[in-house]
Amino acid sequence: MEKRVTFRGWLLPLALIAPQVIISAVFFFYPAGQAVWQSLFIPDPFGLSSQFVGLGNFEFLLSDKFYRASFVTTAVFSTLVTLCSMIPALFLAVIADRLIKGSGVYRTLLIWPYAVAPAVAGVLWLFMFNTRVGVVSWYLGRLGYDWNHVLNGTEAMGLVVVASAWGRISYNFLFFFAALQSVPRSVIEAAAIDGARFWRRFFTVVLPLLSPTAFFLLVVNVVYAFFETFGVIHTITGGGPQQATTILVYKVFSDGFVGQDLGSSSAQSVILLIVVGLLTVIQFKYVEKRVHY
Amino acid sequence: MNKQFLGALAVTTALSPVAAMAQTEVQFWHAFTGRLGELVKAQVEEFNASQDEFVVVESHKGNYSETLNAGIAAFRAGEQPHILMVFEVGTATMMSAEGAIKPVYEVMAESGASFDPDAYIGAVKGYYTTTDGEMLSLPFNSSTPVLWVNRDAFEAAGVDPDTDLSTWEKVGDALEQLKAGGEDCPLVTAWQSWIHLENLSAYHDVPFASQDNGFAGLDTELMLNGPAQVAHLTAMGDWAKDGKFIYTGRRNEGGANFRAGECALFTESSAGYAGISSEAEFEFDVRPLPYWEALVSEPQNTIIGGASLWVMEGHDPEAYKGVGEFLSFLSSSGVQASWHQNTGYLPITADAGDVTRAAGFYEQNPGTDIAVIQMTAKEPTANSKGLRLGSFDQIRGIIDEELEAVWSGEKTAQEAMDSAKERGDALLRRFESANQ
Repeated sequence: MEKRVTFRGWLLPLALIAPQVIISAVFFFYPAGQAVWQSLFIPDPFGLSSQFVGLGNFEFLLSDKFYRASFVTTAVFSTLVTLCSMIPALFLAVIADRLIKGSGVYRTLLIWPYAVAPAVAGVLWLFMFNTRVGVVSWYLGRLGYDWNHVLNGTEAMGLVVVASAWGRISYNFLFFFAALQSVPRSVIEAAAIDGARFWRRFFTVVLPLLSPTAFFLLVVNVVYAFFETFGVIHTITGGGPQQATTILVYKVFSDGFVGQDLGSSSAQSVILLIVVGLLTVIQFKYVEKRVHY
Repeated sequence: MNKQFLGALAVTTALSPVAAMAQTEVQFWHAFTGRLGELVKAQVEEFNASQDEFVVVESHKGNYSETLNAGIAAFRAGEQPHILMVFEVGTATMMSAEGAIKPVYEVMAESGASFDPDAYIGAVKGYYTTTDGEMLSLPFNSSTPVLWVNRDAFEAAGVDPDTDLSTWEKVGDALEQLKAGGEDCPLVTAWQSWIHLENLSAYHDVPFASQDNGFAGLDTELMLNGPAQVAHLTAMGDWAKDGKFIYTGRRNEGGANFRAGECALFTESSAGYAGISSEAEFEFDVRPLPYWEALVSEPQNTIIGGASLWVMEGHDPEAYKGVGEFLSFLSSSGVQASWHQNTGYLPITADAGDVTRAAGFYEQNPGTDIAVIQMTAKEPTANSKGLRLGSFDQIRGIIDEELEAVWSGEKTAQEAMDSAKERGDALLRRFESANQ
């Protein structure tokens, strides 16, 4: 039952897809190709000389136990960010959907944090939890808890997860809220007549109908956690303490732009590209099967 | 944009080619903002006003790392400035970039500007000079670590603020008394790797890395896991465990704690002077960096941190003449003396120090000469000339990580430094193969 538009000739369809193809080629394929090419060399920073090492950069990376540990850190971080940004968003959307009055105000307020850039969000959270002048750490101190994310890796991870997930809740909320609005009232009413209470209706009727949205958000949020959380990490922990919050993309930055090691940095981007590609394939192959459109 | 502004713009645009024909432009990229940025701007303006052959154009390009990156990216695009400010950590990167840089001694010889390599303080210029004594970049802002004392905090804890703090043994006793007297933050530090490893090694005349700390070749290996370093870090780790040393972060985060009067002792650069003297609402003084009596009878010199000016390759001889004149101007004792007095950075020439002393500055601002004395009291040895290691910014990152493991008690000092050596050496080998 597929819908197809048939064009006569080639010119118009080519012209229509050209902008997308050109943008992808210039901003994705070309730089990605460069990264793959450069990952085979150890260049000096100034581009004066370059030594071909084949897969040497990859060998160097994968034999480094700190780089391998960074995979685990990234997995923990991404899972936590995804969960912490999706579950509260869904909860808030369900509540907002039930409101009869004032849902507009509530909605607007909830969307605000999305307007805050990650780096700025990082600084805001850092101020609250600053070990010296932070409001939250001060209250925690009053309660007898000595907050110190500068030395405690678990606390540092918790802080960057919360700071990364916070702004993202707004984004997810928006999608969940829209999806909830489009759930047909008739199905819910039918379930209500059958005697199902709110949460039972939610889990058996509403949630399955939300699954396409949830799946979309899952993919988008994982990609977000992998790539866009850089600003938060850079402003709050700089990857520390030790390497507790050094996620893969942060290491790409620090090796490339602080360490001037473009070969290793390129190889890391290639690995990152493969990891995210694989994850997306897995998501589409296995998770999507459980999604009902 | 209003019309007047546009009008002014049009007029200046119309006039500028005339000026440009007469004057050769010299681009100068630096990393200074705020007070330091203003002082650099003033130096440039003074130079431009002093002659009409050249015009130096200064631009701020972000922090140290960002400025270096901007310079490298610009070189790759063929748009490099004439003069680039590079922090001391980037020295080996710049040195190895043959074809991208023009050594300062060469620039000075070709330009005919007055230049006497012997006028510069040995411990300062040594960092930027080849083993044959040829100066590669001009030292610009150099500082060295000292011990800052909050006298009020000592008195509040019932400890004599004039107590002898010349050795770490005595500092250890003072920390004990401060803690017992109710001080929550007896000791805090900035730049832990620079002060507690790099300077510690030089100060006790032990190597930080083989091949004369990297000066003699790229095939250098870290030696920071030696007994002197491990002994110091073990003591620091114990102090951290007892709450006598408070860790605040990898950079100079501790400065905020100290300036707010929350900590009794602070190991920080001598260039912390500007900030501390303007913000501290307590009596403070400055002491030489302590040493371990158990290791040496008297300390060697400390080494510098800061930045130097590198001249980039690929410009006209006429422009290099301007570069030479400008660098010569920056080294003149008047310019240096006022820079030294305003910032707390070290004077780069012995002359500038003498001018400052003669003007009575050290008497009026006690302690400001301690850094100079600490640097110049002894002729630098192979272990105290400085450090020249590739990928050093990353190696410092590794050291920071390993030190955090010591402060949190997860590793012993020996384990942490063994690991830092292993990881750092891997990067040094990469740098070696990239620069063969």
